[in-house]
Amino acid sequence: MKIKVVYLASLREQLGKSGEDLEISPATSTVAGLRALLMARGGAWQASLAQGRALRVAVNQEMAQPATPVKPGDEIAFFPPVTGG
Amino acid sequence: MGVRIQTKDFDAGAEIAALRRGNPKIGAVATFIGICRDTNDGTAVTKMTLEHYPGMTENALEKIVAEAKARWDVMEVLVVHRIGELKPADQIVLVVVTGAHRGEAFAACEFIMDYLKTRAPFWKKEETPQGARWVEARASDDEAAQRWEPPKSSAA
Repeated sequence: MKIKVVYLASLREQLGKSGEDLEISPATSTVAGLRALLMARGGAWQASLAQGRALRVAVNQEMAQPATPVKPGDEIAFFPPVTGG
Repeated sequence: MGVRIQTKDFDAGAEIAALRRGNPKIGAVATFIGICRDTNDGTAVTKMTLEHYPGMTENALEKIVAEAKARWDVMEVLVVHRIGELKPADQIVLVVVTGAHRGEAFAACEFIMDYLKTRAPFWKKEETPQGARWVEARASDDEAAQRWEPPKSSAA
């Protein structure tokens, strides 16, 4: 299935990418699954997305949890804790 | 009620006047203005860049404002947040809440800021003499937001 992934703020800089369109297996059905898939790329991906790193995820621009489903056409964003205001 | 994200500066006086116009039932206006400081965590800050997540940021702010209006008896709410490059002493964010009485307006204004700081996708990157750095989220901001949560039933 096709999805869109977005990387923001410090994460975008660490990964050297602001986003990408991905074709993934339907077996990758959750946010946690997608994170594991991206971490498997190794290097900065492994380091920046590692468990324990403070990271927030949004699915279709709504805050999401590791178990939140990922469906075809979804926009999944990874970013650090917010610091506005 | 409104939420605006913009690069340009804002005029709090003009915004308040616009919000009050034609409404003689307003008896209180509570405002908050956040300003870029020249130091953070003991280091000089020469410049700051504010990034957001277009679309989600507006939606998150709209939701926070809607929740504030549901929880407190207030009339109009305005949130203006700037993005892009800012210098020390520049204004960053404006929250204006109008209502009949001050108590509800103060509470709603504080709630909006506490939730904005922890739920609205903005990120600050500071320029310092030692180089650029992303601002780290503060635990004290999470604690400030948590005090508005409804009390949870104790599991222990």
